[in-house]
Amino acid sequence: MPQIKSLADLDRVRKEIIAKRDPNKPCITVCSGTGCHAYGCERLAVAFKEEIKRQGLADEVDIRTTGCHGFCERGPLVAIKPEGIFYQRVSLEDVPEVVSDTIVKGNIVDRLLFVDPETGEKAIHEHEVPFYKKQRRIVFGTNGLIDPTAIDDYLAVGGYAALSKVISSMSPEQVVEEVKRANLRGRGGAGFPAGRKWEVCRNAPGEPKYVIVNCDEGDPGAYMDRSLMEGNPHLVLEGLIIGAYAIGSHHGYIYVRKEYPLAVENVNIAIRQAKEYGLLGENILGSGFGFDVEVHRGAGAFVSGEESALMTALEGRVGEPKPRHVYPAVRGLWRMPTNINNVETWANVPLIINNGADWFASVGTEGSKGTKIFSLVGKVNNTGLVEVPMGIPLRDIIYEIGGGIPGGKKLKAVQTGGPSGGCIPESLLDSPVDFDELTRLGSMMGSGGIIVMDEDTCMVDMARYFLDFLADESCGKCTPCREGIEQMLEILTYITEGKGKEGDIELLEELSEVTRDASLCALGGTAPNPVLSTIRYFRDEYEAHIKEKRCPARVCKALISYYIQPDKCQACLICLRKCPAEAITGGKNEIHVIDQSKCTKCGICLDVCPERFSAVVKISGVPVPPPPPVEARAIRVKQRGKER
Amino acid sequence: MDVTKVDEIVAKYQGKQGILIQVLQDIQAEYNWLPEEALKQVSKRLKVPLSQAYSIASFYKAFSLTPRGRHLINVCLGTACHVRGGPKIMDKVEELLGIKGGETTPDQKFTLQRVNCLGCCALGPVMVVDGEYHGRLLVSKVEKILKGYE
Repeated sequence: MPQIKSLADLDRVRKEIIAKRDPNKPCITVCSGTGCHAYGCERLAVAFKEEIKRQGLADEVDIRTTGCHGFCERGPLVAIKPEGIFYQRVSLEDVPEVVSDTIVKGNIVDRLLFVDPETGEKAIHEHEVPFYKKQRRIVFGTNGLIDPTAIDDYLAVGGYAALSKVISSMSPEQVVEEVKRANLRGRGGAGFPAGRKWEVCRNAPGEPKYVIVNCDEGDPGAYMDRSLMEGNPHLVLEGLIIGAYAIGSHHGYIYVRKEYPLAVENVNIAIRQAKEYGLLGENILGSGFGFDVEVHRGAGAFVSGEESALMTALEGRVGEPKPRHVYPAVRGLWRMPTNINNVETWANVPLIINNGADWFASVGTEGSKGTKIFSLVGKVNNTGLVEVPMGIPLRDIIYEIGGGIPGGKKLKAVQTGGPSGGCIPESLLDSPVDFDELTRLGSMMGSGGIIVMDEDTCMVDMARYFLDFLADESCGKCTPCREGIEQMLEILTYITEGKGKEGDIELLEELSEVTRDASLCALGGTAPNPVLSTIRYFRDEYEAHIKEKRCPARVCKALISYYIQPDKCQACLICLRKCPAEAITGGKNEIHVIDQSKCTKCGICLDVCPERFSAVVKISGVPVPPPPPVEARAIRVKQRGKER
Repeated sequence: MDVTKVDEIVAKYQGKQGILIQVLQDIQAEYNWLPEEALKQVSKRLKVPLSQAYSIASFYKAFSLTPRGRHLINVCLGTACHVRGGPKIMDKVEELLGIKGGETTPDQKFTLQRVNCLGCCALGPVMVVDGEYHGRLLVSKVEKILKGYE
């Protein structure tokens, strides 16, 4: 284990690592991000190892399990270096062929390539896949190259060069100035300029000062922090050390939510390795600057992601927010000046230092610089993590990168900003995505979840969903949030149950105003966003629920019925057998009928009805047609045979 | 109850500030719940009021004040899973087991939890049983999956 005691040491170690590596040696990289993990990539990596051994290639081929490549929809993903051949949906059965054909003979395994569903073109390399083409992966790009548990991998791609630059040639003030000039805004949601926060903290009286990484990523549908923390922990760590140097802090915390055990594991490994190398601890790189960091596992509370609540949690108490008369940067953890930034914000710091503020500021829009990682999820063809320059239109993200909406359905709305964000309708999709524009539209950047909704999504149900989430997560300390959210949830629930009344929409608006204005922290302050934005853009859906007792998207259970269309039913018995409520009658050659009084609306009949029949439908707002009389239910075998 | 395990856990954090939540997480991992005796021991060893330990144990989702079942079912109700039919999966599991989210079956076989996003949205709707992911799930498949657990 080399101890790096000076800048010269770091250079030497880096050169040694690179010299030991043959850039032309084949390397099979298996994505082990969260999505691919769920697909079983671990077994895949083991299978590759065994196969390579079996074919006697153990010394000639490397295997690397890397961080998230982003294209979760097509996992498990495998990329073969140095050519960069990109295979998707790789299964255990494919392993021998990939090794014997691609590695040994240099042939492409055709069926594992990505095929553009629109053009039918096959992409051999990662950069040819439409999903990646429009992205600008400056923060996230190295994820696919390195094993997150190997510091040497990070050093080989230029890791810790920014730290070395800072220590060798920049004063703390210069670092703060550089980050300020880059106009790096907080990626956790609020978009506060990081450089200004650093400056306030640096100038605040009191010692010791603390720096914190906020990885309490609680927004449902957002997982970019997780992927960075799991896939490239040294990048975050390097940013943090640079920040600590700039601010004058010698102790940091990394707060990771407990739902991310792999992130906790990988960042702990990264810290251990950085310490062993001398990049953390006393006298880093011979500079006289010392910094230490520890990991705190969050115990599961959404509100603890709020800065003041997170600090309370770090102190070992119930993670409730505090009134913020004074910035945490002035008085935070243990009443000492504390600078807290989100994972992605910290990860941007080494890039700014390496390439300069001007370079960073050349990407993005006037008010929002750099790139942003979004998790593109929901009703979209290419689910995954995408990194794009700020200012790109939502439409490009969804259609060009995301590949549009599955099943030929129509897009209805896009939800951004998590539970505190809002819904943006299809008509505004050409809006550029940045901090200010999203706020103007009644939503927000938040941590960067983009949830795509198609015509089968009920906007009232969506608002109810978010309020339900927030009611559950509200800490209950202040009344407007605790009671306001609860009351709004109750009204929304009534509406979705068909018990909505005239005046409910106005009452929701009034409650929203009070909750927004009078709550203690951002959770309550932004809680009305899902309600207000859906009322703003989808008022007609609210009115259909209230006045016509109809759910236009046919989602709200109380307002829909399942119905078997007699002219389409082929009496195949599948739904009849699968119905858990035994609500379906019929038989062989006899049209099936749902007994509405027994139906629990679980939807299984619709799921299992063969697509070529599509006999089961959901109806809403109109009475269920009476079933055909028993004598008219027979399907004649002969006739059926002819039809087929 | 043998509290030496608790003492061992506390000893690991000797000399650090604000460790109560970390200690309780380790105890939760050790016993799969937080027995009263363990909380009392923590309170004694860390010299914090029992009420504070209890307030933490009841505030955070990671902690359980009742024993958990042999198998843990997490049904994801994150936004992506919600728009892809996650609630119908949850309804089905609740119906099959006769319990609500957060509860444990009387035979201690299953504990059912609702989680808000597991970060594998491409697989939605997702149910995870003992760490095994069942993605792109259909309501009609839930029963068979649960039958596979003893």
